Amino acid sequence: MDLDFDIRADFPVLDDETLVYLDTAATSLTPHRVLHKMNDYYRKYSANVHRGVYRLSHEATELYNDARRTVARLINAEEDEVVFTRGASNALNMVARMLAPYIQEGDEIITSELEHHSHFLPWQRIAKERGAKLIFVPLDQNGRIQLQAFKNVLSPRTRVVALTHVSNVMGYLTPIEKITELAHAHGAYVSVDAAQSVPHMEVDVKRIDCDFLAFSAHKMLGPTGFGILYGKRKHLDAFEPVEFGGDMVGIAEKDTLTYQKPPLKFETGTPPIAEAIGFAEAIDYLEEKGLETIREHEKRLAEYAHKALSGLEDVVIYNKDADAGIITFNLKGVHPHDVVTVLDDDNIALRAGHHCAQLVMQWLSVAATLRASFYLYNTRDDIDRLIESLKRARDFFKDAGL
Amino acid sequence: MNRMENLYRQIIMEHYKNPRNKGLVDDERYNKSHIRNPSCGDDVTIQTLVEGGEVKDIRHEGSGCSICCSSASVLSALLKRRPVEEAQYISTQYVNMVSGQSYDTDVELEDAEAYQGVKQFPARIKCATIAWQAFEDTLGGDDDE
Repeated sequence: MDLDFDIRADFPVLDDETLVYLDTAATSLTPHRVLHKMNDYYRKYSANVHRGVYRLSHEATELYNDARRTVARLINAEEDEVVFTRGASNALNMVARMLAPYIQEGDEIITSELEHHSHFLPWQRIAKERGAKLIFVPLDQNGRIQLQAFKNVLSPRTRVVALTHVSNVMGYLTPIEKITELAHAHGAYVSVDAAQSVPHMEVDVKRIDCDFLAFSAHKMLGPTGFGILYGKRKHLDAFEPVEFGGDMVGIAEKDTLTYQKPPLKFETGTPPIAEAIGFAEAIDYLEEKGLETIREHEKRLAEYAHKALSGLEDVVIYNKDADAGIITFNLKGVHPHDVVTVLDDDNIALRAGHHCAQLVMQWLSVAATLRASFYLYNTRDDIDRLIESLKRARDFFKDAGL
Repeated sequence: MNRMENLYRQIIMEHYKNPRNKGLVDDERYNKSHIRNPSCGDDVTIQTLVEGGEVKDIRHEGSGCSICCSSASVLSALLKRRPVEEAQYISTQYVNMVSGQSYDTDVELEDAEAYQGVKQFPARIKCATIAWQAFEDTLGGDDDE
């Protein structure tokens, strides 16, 4: 079966046939369908939700609520466990704020060097505020989180485990189900950064059994500024909201208030309505293509790319055994920014930098890297073009004496 | 000359490979400024010795791409032994040049002229100016950061 998709025409950015887009791990492209859906909101029923009793507001509210059902179905959550946020970073910060009052002096928070800044810095901050200790799971020689290493740092003082599901630099899949089971046996909460997993594979929050899980719409064909916080209902019932205002409040009086039930309890202000509706359309699109089929496609592309890159002299690959469609590498002796300028000249979009994960860079002992990441709209042609351009970059800088 | 050759002029690559005035000194008389570009990791430290209204010495250290590192070297060679005001003025002209704004073309930018091509690469303007910002910081002009 040929798993390559013939879907370039679905993505307006790819109307430029010379463009090779290999930066989905940063943000994905948006299909026509999603754009139309969001446009429809502003053109046809641009009313606020949960407020007006008139027809337009009712229509908007219906679609907005449908979006929550779609997200819940995607990750096998209950509807009232899906909190709409401004993105994964926002959601992960909310988790830290929600749990902060329960962190005591001397408690331990387990995290890793693979974390995106958005999952490590909130906990660094909470640890400082509460006098808790930040513990890093030692990575194995390839940079992976292994179960045994996690067991070694787990202790009766462990209060929170904050780990990534798939690393945005190394593309490794964390054994999160087993980690969650162990963490729960020690009475710890588990927060999962799923920004790089939910867009690329089937993720089931009940099977993982984590307490919180976050991801962003824009990494899975949806709009920017929108994301999801999944939280177990019992936690969303028990924990205090982190933001206050309209929508989250039940009865407001001068010195007291009651809260709405979750998820509204954690959502204040007019929400990103078009974004929610657009995101649901993106999920529908991805489910029609099949997340497991997409994953297979990316895997094959990654294998193809690994092979081609390995055959290229002067290329160092940092994650040869990645589980996801992410390849992190460098051209020996040439700074990634210089390489990426040549690639850009060939209309190839690739990330160069530290990918909002400076701890991984420190672990790798490099200042910055190149990163190619794949999605359903990428093809083998894209990789061939990348290889050709890398050769050009290498020859160019060799001629320049580097 | 193609676009790449226009950006990566020989002079730039030469300064990148053989930087002038590289390495910091342990001397309290020097003013120091360290700038790190958080999005890409370019990291530059500039040290200047100002005495009697003159920039007596400029040292630099750091890590980053060829555009960033070479420009620290070019800056040090160009602005050393200049009156502070003149060095400041030249620096401003350079920054305006690489960011595509109007600048005083009568100023002799010497090797720094080679960075003319940068304005066609908006993503690289920051690389070409970070050392110059650090330099201006050492002169104590703008304290807004």
